[in-house]
Amino acid sequence: MPQPQVPHCPAALARILRVAPLVPLSLALTAFCRHIGKRHPGLFRRLGEHSRVRFVLNPVDLPIMLCLAPNGGAPTVRALRGNCEGEARISGPFAALLGLVHGAYDGDALFFSRDLVIEGDTGAVLALRNAVDDAELDLSQEIAALSGPFSSIILQTAAFAERRTGVSMARPEEDLAW
Amino acid sequence: MVMEIVCPAGTPAALRAAVRAGAHTVYCGFNDETNARNFPGLNFDRSEMREGVDFAHAHGARVLVAINTFPRAGDQSIWHRAIDDAKLSGADAVILADAGLLDYAARTHPGLRLHLSVQAAAANADIINFYAGTFGVKRVVLPRVLSVPEIAAINAETDVETEVFVFGGLCVMAEGRCSLSSYATGLSPNMNGVCSPASHVKYHDNNGELDAKLGGFTIHRAAKDEPAPYPTLCKGCFSAGGQTGHLFEDPVSLNAEQLIPQLQKAGVRALKIEGRQRSKSYVAQVVRNFRAAVDALEAGRPLPEGMLARLSEGQAMTTGAYKKTWR
Amino acid sequence: MELTVGPNQFFWSAETWSAFYEGLADAPVDRVVLGELVCSKRLPFYQDRIPEALTALAKAGKEAVLTSLALVTLKRERKLTAELAEIGVTVEINDMTALAHLPKGVGFHVGPLVNVYNEGTLAWLASLGARRICLPPELPLASVESLARAGTGLGVAIEVWGHGRMPLAISGRCYHARLHKRTKDNCQFACEEDPDGLEVRTLEGRPFMAMNGVQTLSDSYACADYQVEALAAAGVSALRLSPQSHGFARLYQLYRERLDGTLPAGAIADEVRRTSPETRLSDGFLVGPSGVSWSAVPALP
Repeated sequence: MPQPQVPHCPAALARILRVAPLVPLSLALTAFCRHIGKRHPGLFRRLGEHSRVRFVLNPVDLPIMLCLAPNGGAPTVRALRGNCEGEARISGPFAALLGLVHGAYDGDALFFSRDLVIEGDTGAVLALRNAVDDAELDLSQEIAALSGPFSSIILQTAAFAERRTGVSMARPEEDLAW
Repeated sequence: MVMEIVCPAGTPAALRAAVRAGAHTVYCGFNDETNARNFPGLNFDRSEMREGVDFAHAHGARVLVAINTFPRAGDQSIWHRAIDDAKLSGADAVILADAGLLDYAARTHPGLRLHLSVQAAAANADIINFYAGTFGVKRVVLPRVLSVPEIAAINAETDVETEVFVFGGLCVMAEGRCSLSSYATGLSPNMNGVCSPASHVKYHDNNGELDAKLGGFTIHRAAKDEPAPYPTLCKGCFSAGGQTGHLFEDPVSLNAEQLIPQLQKAGVRALKIEGRQRSKSYVAQVVRNFRAAVDALEAGRPLPEGMLARLSEGQAMTTGAYKKTWR
Repeated sequence: MELTVGPNQFFWSAETWSAFYEGLADAPVDRVVLGELVCSKRLPFYQDRIPEALTALAKAGKEAVLTSLALVTLKRERKLTAELAEIGVTVEINDMTALAHLPKGVGFHVGPLVNVYNEGTLAWLASLGARRICLPPELPLASVESLARAGTGLGVAIEVWGHGRMPLAISGRCYHARLHKRTKDNCQFACEEDPDGLEVRTLEGRPFMAMNGVQTLSDSYACADYQVEALAAAGVSALRLSPQSHGFARLYQLYRERLDGTLPAGAIADEVRRTSPETRLSDGFLVGPSGVSWSAVPALP
């Protein structure tokens, strides 16, 4: 099969997130998201009329949910252990969500196979999916860009984690995507 | 001559991915109601279009701009501007469906290459030759209601190049002549560039059973662990005459990969892949596959085995109307 | 405003067909479009009766018009389309293919299955000889207004879908045959059992569409009752009534009285729903959020 099966997220990450403090995590994710927005202005522009919708990202194999509010280009991200409010909800394995960001998977295919479940404002989810697909994001590179002198360590760690777990940590090479 | 692979690009990133994956030609549209994939977050603004054309040309690929909805009375200038800007961006052709727009393009931009969109539903040689004689149309995208022998018959009677769909979503109805979507939702392919729009889709999870509603009508129900196709009206589940099921079409997608040699014999010039709404990774993989197939055909090698099943809707494939029993 | 009877969309027996058109000779309608619109396989069953019907209608003072097929693909269908122009009555084109066969300079009508969405297409068709255009049912009132204005300037009469199940799609595939597990080539005329189309329901049991061979229609009957004044003000010159198997004679009487101003807005809808409670009405394409919706109020007070 050309479409790889979505790998499971390592249980260790779930264990850490069960106890990790969420306020600093939320602040870090918000800062990260704004940093991405600055480097990829087209990302929030593409959301168009959906740029005020609150998205709930629900990694079903992790004990947290993420509430992403694009706020017309000044995004905030909150990590929550309970339920969170939002107009559009995307649920699926953490690896599927990350792989989608990196363009390793096709969103429609994941949805048809029900690896992903969408609830609420389907149009907004589609806009987010398309905007992210166009931005050609690479979260490892983004973190590395934030990390100054530690960037090469970050990239090596991410590559190691991807090899060990199969979870997409970076944008795949063009010809190796499949 | 190797058959031309014509690939979809919903975003600049998808355009670059398609070109790198070996597309001879990419088609795309402006980010408004002038094109038939007017979906949220998709398509090109004016500067993205210019950059996309430049990128494609630098890599030896062509770009076609689809302006294939039907202009709204009173607002035709939006569509006229799209044609003007497509020409300015250096696009190799525009793909049009509306007769008034073809007339405008032929009169205003005599040098601009015109392709007749599938949305014009030109299904026989008489009308194709009429469009060629009247507007100078150089290529027609054939509607997905024709069998391979019918396509061959058309090519025997026309000098207009023909392009046919080989992969992706499948319209069961004659394209450009369907208002099922606006009947249920108010938005239609012809007028708004959307069919069964996501804005009117609601999913409801009933203990694993997934209901899909479009405009308030429940048109699909997937049991736990069953694939969940997008609720497109013509592929919905309905009941009539005491039967319940996919009365119009199953949630299948088109894959005519294995028919490529026959399509070439039938005189088809270009093979079109549907899916401007799909991701760049999807586009790249499909393109690579079809490029390998036409290259193999040209070199006299056997076609590579199909690899695309999991990318399709509901994971089921059909060769559609190309085989006559489909009707 | 005038009344036009559109081509029958369904497959009726030859006797029913003849009786229907004989009845129209005395009807208060101005124009009758007849012939086969949907499926070329139906035509041989009543083809020989067409000349007689045309003559009788013309004698009764009606403008008699012949429709083209809605989707022309087969060789036989191309030949039929080419021959239409030779019969000597006005042709209503319902597939652009007919344009390729009409002799230059001969006036023609354009039916609702040709995509006339804007002034550009209207002007282009007028330049080829279009004298009357029945607009696609999908168009909203604002488009009707713009097109009627453009039509006036070009000498093209604009007609609007007034009453009846609306044509929503046409296909190469026959759904009646598919339902009966037959191919189109061996359909055994399954559609003949449904003289007004076969009801198609959603999974929650709501009536939604009607199946008619290769054609898909709305379940609801379009009804322009509440919008007559708005359409007249827009400059629409005729309403089209689409043949149905029951109560058609009463229907055109009602519309005639409504257009003459002797019936108030809502009177037609009230009577249809009283005499045929299972009939659902809509005017949503003209004035509502979606085609299926029903306003029950005039757009023009």
